[in-house]
Amino acid sequence: MNGAQMLLAAPEFWVLVMACTIMIVDLFLREQRRGIIHMLAMVTVIFAAIITLRGDYLVDGVQSVTAFKGSFIRDPMGDVLKVFSFVIMALIFTYSKFYLRTFKMFRADFFTLSLFALLGVMLLISANSMLMIYLGLELISLSVYALVAFDRDSGRGSEAAMKYFVLGSMASGILLFGMSMIYGATGSLILPDIAGAIRLQGTDDILLIFGLVFVVVGIAFKFGVVPFHMWIPDVYEGAPPAVTLFISSVPKLAAFAMAYRFLSSGLGDLHVHWQGMLATLAVLSIILGNLAAIMQTNIKRMLAYSTISHMGFVMLGLIPGTAFGFGASMYYVIVYGLMSVAAFGMVILLSARGVEAENLEDFKGLNQRNPFYAAIMGLVLFSMAGVPPMVGFLAKLMVLKAVIDAGLMWLAVIAVVFAVIGAFYYLRVIKYMYFDEAEDETTITAPVDFGAALTLNGIMILGLGIFSSSLITICMASFGL
Amino acid sequence: MMNGTMNGFLLSILIWLPILGAIGVMMAGAQRPELAKGLALLISAGTFLLGLPLFFAFDTSTAAMQFVELRPWIETFNIQYYLGIDGFSAPLILLTMFFGVLVVIAGWRSIEKNVNQYMAAFLVMEGLMIGVFSALDGLLFYVFFEAMLIPMFLVIGIWGGPRRVYATIKFFLYTFLGSVFMLIGLIYLYIQSGTWDILAWHQLPLAFTVQKWLFLGFLAAFAVKIPMFPVHTWLPDAHVEAPTGGSVILAAIMLKIGGYGFIRFSLPITPDASAALDWLVIGLSLIAVVYIGFVALAQQDMKKLIAYSSISHMGFVTLGLFIAFSIYRNTGGVSGAALGVEGAMVQMVSHGFISGALFLTVGVLYDRVHSRMIKDYGGVANTMPWFALFAVFFLMANSGLPGTSGFVGEFMVILSAFQANFWFAFLAALTLILGAAYSLWLAKRVIFGAVANHKVQNLQDINSREALLLGTLAVAILLVGLWPQPLVDMMQASVDHLLQHIIQSKVL
Repeated sequence: MNGAQMLLAAPEFWVLVMACTIMIVDLFLREQRRGIIHMLAMVTVIFAAIITLRGDYLVDGVQSVTAFKGSFIRDPMGDVLKVFSFVIMALIFTYSKFYLRTFKMFRADFFTLSLFALLGVMLLISANSMLMIYLGLELISLSVYALVAFDRDSGRGSEAAMKYFVLGSMASGILLFGMSMIYGATGSLILPDIAGAIRLQGTDDILLIFGLVFVVVGIAFKFGVVPFHMWIPDVYEGAPPAVTLFISSVPKLAAFAMAYRFLSSGLGDLHVHWQGMLATLAVLSIILGNLAAIMQTNIKRMLAYSTISHMGFVMLGLIPGTAFGFGASMYYVIVYGLMSVAAFGMVILLSARGVEAENLEDFKGLNQRNPFYAAIMGLVLFSMAGVPPMVGFLAKLMVLKAVIDAGLMWLAVIAVVFAVIGAFYYLRVIKYMYFDEAEDETTITAPVDFGAALTLNGIMILGLGIFSSSLITICMASFGL
Repeated sequence: MMNGTMNGFLLSILIWLPILGAIGVMMAGAQRPELAKGLALLISAGTFLLGLPLFFAFDTSTAAMQFVELRPWIETFNIQYYLGIDGFSAPLILLTMFFGVLVVIAGWRSIEKNVNQYMAAFLVMEGLMIGVFSALDGLLFYVFFEAMLIPMFLVIGIWGGPRRVYATIKFFLYTFLGSVFMLIGLIYLYIQSGTWDILAWHQLPLAFTVQKWLFLGFLAAFAVKIPMFPVHTWLPDAHVEAPTGGSVILAAIMLKIGGYGFIRFSLPITPDASAALDWLVIGLSLIAVVYIGFVALAQQDMKKLIAYSSISHMGFVTLGLFIAFSIYRNTGGVSGAALGVEGAMVQMVSHGFISGALFLTVGVLYDRVHSRMIKDYGGVANTMPWFALFAVFFLMANSGLPGTSGFVGEFMVILSAFQANFWFAFLAALTLILGAAYSLWLAKRVIFGAVANHKVQNLQDINSREALLLGTLAVAILLVGLWPQPLVDMMQASVDHLLQHIIQSKVL
């Protein structure tokens, strides 16, 4: 292994070193100085973003560089996803600091575990072999299991962690099983080599198809699409909102990368086979996610089902297997990450007085209590519903374009009809915020940094919708468009 | 006749001045309503004055787009920020700016809660509606078309009546569902043509089956918006629950967007499908005119009555647009059809004035008595003579009295319909009876007769602010009624161009 290869993975090393540093530094900190931990975590993600952006590894005409015997890949798509993971992570740290302080849970473990999970996300994004995929996946999962149970006095948190652990282990097992079959059929762990082997020996190998099925199940579990969605509502509800912030955003970016690398770089020739599977998953998610969300009275569960339907849309973009489709999915998943953290940020804001906001009723009269935050939540909800000019609309538009381009008009029709049905439950939250009288008249206040982060987040959701060209171009450029 | 460089930005200014101004109005805060109102009035009046060149510098001799602005928006997708107006959009933009000022004045006293947000919502809506009428890029149009729902949703939901939540969610979901089908159509057109340019789509040859599906997609969006029977049911609910300003904008401008959509999208992009399916639109229009006319007759609620009357009147718009094909088949020429299309346009403008005026009239009564029920009134003329004068005049205009704008559009459409089919004209002409029946009966029950109760007894006549509002609208109605020529001249070239275009088949 030479130094140049190490340099390719510099952001990963940086995050690893910092996660360990924070763990050690915390041992020597007194209670009052814990704030330093948060600052260190912020510095970690900001520098990670800078290192990633400054990596000039691409020479003319080369689209990607691999390292560690082909297990690790550095390419523009990975960089974009990582940078957005860092941006979202910075927002998460800012929101969760407020939450952790309010609920007296401000401990360094949260930041260390989050950074390890982030490292897992980065590895998964850059994974070019099945082994690396599995490592990244497990690093995320194990950190998140612990994070879900972070509030150790909460029975629901422990229950959710347990459920997540059991189901997650099961899914990992299934994924491993699928990987072993693919390895058996092709004799390689490295994704491009697998693709090469498939090209040589043809696609009608029953072992390969079986392997594919199990791999798709693993991916579907990670996305949380129907019928592998059962864990999502329980985990979202049981975990502390500070952790839900993370679960609902950054790992989805990694899941997209994993799906792309596996299905396109590795098993691209099996497109005819996985297309139908993904279409089924996507349609079921969009239908069930939107219908089930209508029936929820708990905001976290509602957002959980909303995630399921959004992930259905991300899947839609993968179905055509075209560069445009992947670009559209990537755009969607990034946009979704930004919307999701904003929504859970609002949930945290409403919990400001030490009582966790859980029910939709908690949003009642928000416009009277604080018109500014109500407006931001309004932007987020309309964006999730896919109403222009918010960025959520453009994300849906691109995915729909990819699907229609592939001649799958029926998919597009189902998607839009259920998007309209889904609009109802977002509107219901708006109704609580704007049309109902507040039961609790106290004004809502938040620390300056929290307010600034939420404002920035809201501006992104509106701004990326209006000045949308750059992010779309970046996403498309990642796939050579 | 482009004078000066400012015209190159004029449409952008008209769109963004109110929207950005709304931020300022918001920041005035809920505690300073007077400042918010003053600022809103200043911005809307400024927009109106700045927009006057759309009338005075408008070149009536050409059907080409004017005041064009073109710059890239989303390059990867070839989406452009492309604005321009022709004879169809210019009158509607002028109408929008006119009502932009009126609703600010109309909300001056009657709104007490969150005045800054109310004013800001209307300013945003004004900007977005001007955007709808001037967008020449399909996606830009869609963005404005949908974004417009947000402020209206909030206006009905926050400042509306008791069943406002039901009404506003119904309004939103109805319109949203209609328009997503159009969105799929737009994406399909983009994939076929590689551009979002609406004018390029006009020239794009399309197979008949494709045209038919696209036509139905557009129909889903615009039929809900205008609204046509049987997807009209959201309108009475929305109108009844909306605050006066919301009803005015809804009736005066938003419904016109449906009609405008037919002119800008359905007819020129899918002319063959429009010709083949014209029976559908004509049939639904006639049902709207006659059946909804009867429904209006049976209403107990003034706002509901006017809402149904709106649906019935908008039937004339769709009728006027779609009889063109029968006339062409009958006569082989388009000169007769031009009368119908012009009539439809005049009807849109005129109905804007009249329905806006009627909702303001009801608003005046509602502000005083807090009831919209006809049975709570009677003999208002005794206590509010000036008000009665205006109200009766507007109701007369609504029933199509010659000399008012209501007469011109309906008459042109009926005249034109005779060349298409006698029965079309006959059924459409029934509105002259029905319209008169429900309008004048309303006048009889509310305005005339003996004073019904002590609330009516204690009514105060309109103040100078209300007189200004109603007076302005009365003048506008008379002006269009007596001298429609400038309005017709404005759209003539565009109408001819449209008709020449749609009689040519563009089947692949």
